[in-house]
Amino acid sequence: MRAFLCLLLIGAGACASAPSQTTTSPTPRDTTQADVGRGATSTPNADPFPSTYVPFPSRTTVIRNVNLLTAAGPLIRNGAILLQNGKIAAVGATVDAPADALVIDGAGKYVTPGIVDDHSHLGVYAAPGGNALSDGNEATNPTTPQVWAEHSVWPQDPQFPRNLAGGVTTLQVLPGSANLIGGRSVVLKVVPGRTVQAMKFPGAKYGLKMACGENPKRVYGQRGGPSTRMGNVAGYRAAWIRAVDYRRKWDKWNADHKGDPPTRDLGLETLAEVLRGNMLVHNHCYRADEMAQMIDIAHEFGYKIRSFHHGVEAYKIADLLAKEGIAGSLWADWGSFKMEALDAVKANMALVNAAGARVIVHSDDPSGSQRLNQEAAKAMEAGAEIGLPVSEDQAIKWLTINPAWALGLDDKIGSLEAGKNADVILWTGDPFSVYSKPEKVWVDGALLFDRTDPSQQWRTDFELGFVPFTGTSR
Amino acid sequence: MISYKLITRTVITLLGSTAATLNAQTIAITGGKVYPVSGPVIENGTVIITNGKISAVGANVPIPAGAQRIDATGKIVTPGFVNSSTQLGVQEIAQVNDTRDMTARGKDNIAAAFTVWEGLNPNSVMMAPARKEGVTSFVVVPTGGLIAGQAALVDVVPGTTTDMLVRAPVAMVAEVGDPQSAGLNSRGELIVKLREVLEDTRYFQSHRDAFDRAQTRPFAASRLDLQALIPVIEGRLPLLVTVDREADIDAAMRLARDYNVKLMIGSGAEAWMMADKLAAAHIPVLTGAENNIPAGFAALGQRQENAGLLRKAGVEVALIGNAGGGDEEAFNVRNLRQEAGNAVSYGMTWDDALRAVTLAPAEFFGAGDRVGSLQPGREGNVVVWSGDPFEFTTRAEHVFVRGREYHEKTRQDLLIERYRNLPGTHNTPPPQ
Repeated sequence: MRAFLCLLLIGAGACASAPSQTTTSPTPRDTTQADVGRGATSTPNADPFPSTYVPFPSRTTVIRNVNLLTAAGPLIRNGAILLQNGKIAAVGATVDAPADALVIDGAGKYVTPGIVDDHSHLGVYAAPGGNALSDGNEATNPTTPQVWAEHSVWPQDPQFPRNLAGGVTTLQVLPGSANLIGGRSVVLKVVPGRTVQAMKFPGAKYGLKMACGENPKRVYGQRGGPSTRMGNVAGYRAAWIRAVDYRRKWDKWNADHKGDPPTRDLGLETLAEVLRGNMLVHNHCYRADEMAQMIDIAHEFGYKIRSFHHGVEAYKIADLLAKEGIAGSLWADWGSFKMEALDAVKANMALVNAAGARVIVHSDDPSGSQRLNQEAAKAMEAGAEIGLPVSEDQAIKWLTINPAWALGLDDKIGSLEAGKNADVILWTGDPFSVYSKPEKVWVDGALLFDRTDPSQQWRTDFELGFVPFTGTSR
Repeated sequence: MISYKLITRTVITLLGSTAATLNAQTIAITGGKVYPVSGPVIENGTVIITNGKISAVGANVPIPAGAQRIDATGKIVTPGFVNSSTQLGVQEIAQVNDTRDMTARGKDNIAAAFTVWEGLNPNSVMMAPARKEGVTSFVVVPTGGLIAGQAALVDVVPGTTTDMLVRAPVAMVAEVGDPQSAGLNSRGELIVKLREVLEDTRYFQSHRDAFDRAQTRPFAASRLDLQALIPVIEGRLPLLVTVDREADIDAAMRLARDYNVKLMIGSGAEAWMMADKLAAAHIPVLTGAENNIPAGFAALGQRQENAGLLRKAGVEVALIGNAGGGDEEAFNVRNLRQEAGNAVSYGMTWDDALRAVTLAPAEFFGAGDRVGSLQPGREGNVVVWSGDPFEFTTRAEHVFVRGREYHEKTRQDLLIERYRNLPGTHNTPPPQ
């Protein structure tokens, strides 16, 4: 009766979680940026699958007479935004419209930054599903840092255009959570591409997927282990011990070039990059006590966790997350489907937000990802109900700038500010209403979805012939 | 019938004792915008609940003396919502096997005799969150196999399953979309199997004596399963067929015609493609409004406009809360109102969406005389909403089930109390 996609993913250990931040609270210290590129690498070609993304053709566009939720300041009522050369050129009560600009009258509707979903399996668990397209968990070994999600992404996954229609312009596609260390994530622009390289966000850092708790021990319990949570922790530590050793050898060789270089190891290369601060750790973890243990492991080996994904018990350690500067990539109301998800509360985001940690609304679900605005709205109401109201100005950050931070892209996307990429949504109404949906979506200034114009609705190769073209909305 | 006078006296007698736990009282909800669903909206309407049942609904209804008054001025009053299909109460934690009671082993994937509600857990901690958001009744359905078993309609009230039951059985459930899960190889074979079982039911029905003397040929289903299917071939118990693909819906309709089965379609991803035929055959559809992914080769045409398009064509539609959900489905029965909001967003009228979460499912499952509308004689299942029930900012301010108001703390509320001020406390305040 139901899609049960998530059920299947959980069966394979794919379903997981994430965190975020607020403006009213102290901004967690961010050391990752400063470290980027400083470490030597063990490979002469650190970017073997470079992005070939080229922005789609755009024209100078002004959207006027709109309410702008900027994620960078208070709501601008009845304002305007100028998109030029793929960038946001101006935002304010008024903007100067160049002579060649297409002027869109927003008629009192809302404009927000494009949504960023930092927990997706699009492309790696592509529709229509089944074994042939189940490419998200390399469940052959509990530690597989050597795999890269991008090598599983099917660019013709019909879920991509639906995500775009839901306003998602940037996705982090993660390996599943069957493994303690699941492999590299990839950050994609939600755009048509013949190859995954054509969808890759230029310059985005890689993420590393790690997973706590029930999934790894369930998947490997009868297959040589780990079969317990203590086995899980031994597994992470053993991997990091090897990685520290590997990094030291390579850093030494990179510095002096004495003798033959050490032998390359694909998995350890990835872990060494995390230790050097060049990759961001995204850790699937439900329970408060396990998150605290993962933080200690990170301290032991000198890496940082960027975001806990799922974190249904994040509210129990919201103070710790704030202190550590770790985001929480969270669901509004998923819970109770497994023991470690039992203590889910709808006010999780509001509580974490109030404690000063970064909140991110994530999906881990191809359907929920299309309505992250609705997920945020549910979490806002849950906060209001317990006396922790969350403003729209704050909640928009949960969907945009906070996940952009989790991906290390908050200098490029996630807010409506001059100079940022023109990833923009024009909504049919207040984005936190159940009746609103994206009407138009721009990526780097190019209009890639228009609900009112069937010719501006991307159809994947797969859909041709198989999926009825209704010529209306998604 | 209990006289009005007697009711009043009863209320007065009981006030001041443990009135909160009793339903033998009169409640007057006044001043609200009342949606009876069975009739037109009433501005500034009054709903009277007496002895657990609705006794009056209208614009100019006298308030009985001694009635507990609920001022609903500026609010919206609706029947309690009815979720048309869920595993609430029979699946507490999807990945903990001893909390899963929604599937029967059956024989050859036929479990028609399976009465899923016998395994219902009235103490599920997910009941209160559902009720808190206005879901006061639900249809608990079995899943799995070819014939999954029988469904029941229950009210979300504390007590035993006996206390909760409104009607049972309310439908026989068959899953027709996936031959593999039915232990068969192809769709055609699946339909043949269903026909064989229905044929055998017919034969069994008219040859009981011979069967009891062991003088009949072997049947495709067990005695109890055949017996359970007799009301289906007699047209007394609807057959709820879970099916998505257009061709499979068509096959189910042919089968229903051939055996005079009263058919309902569940899930029905591609039902919109044959909306006119479903309307002509008066076959209702239970579906969601958030699914638009071609999630399998049997659901390539899945789209969010399904519910609205079906309704536009004249098909009766009920919405399923969290229809696209997976393992968290039972926890999120409370999202029925979100499903309704999305149905409106994708083309259903607001009134039809309200009907699809109240009276429509009640009627499909033969309980329209008990729940789903605000009419005298119906159960006192009433919700006072702070605004549009489908909007996120709206709260169910008063939830009555069988005339009793519920506002108890959920397990989630208790957790929040513990951890709201970190580091939190291990003490739980005693119940008031």
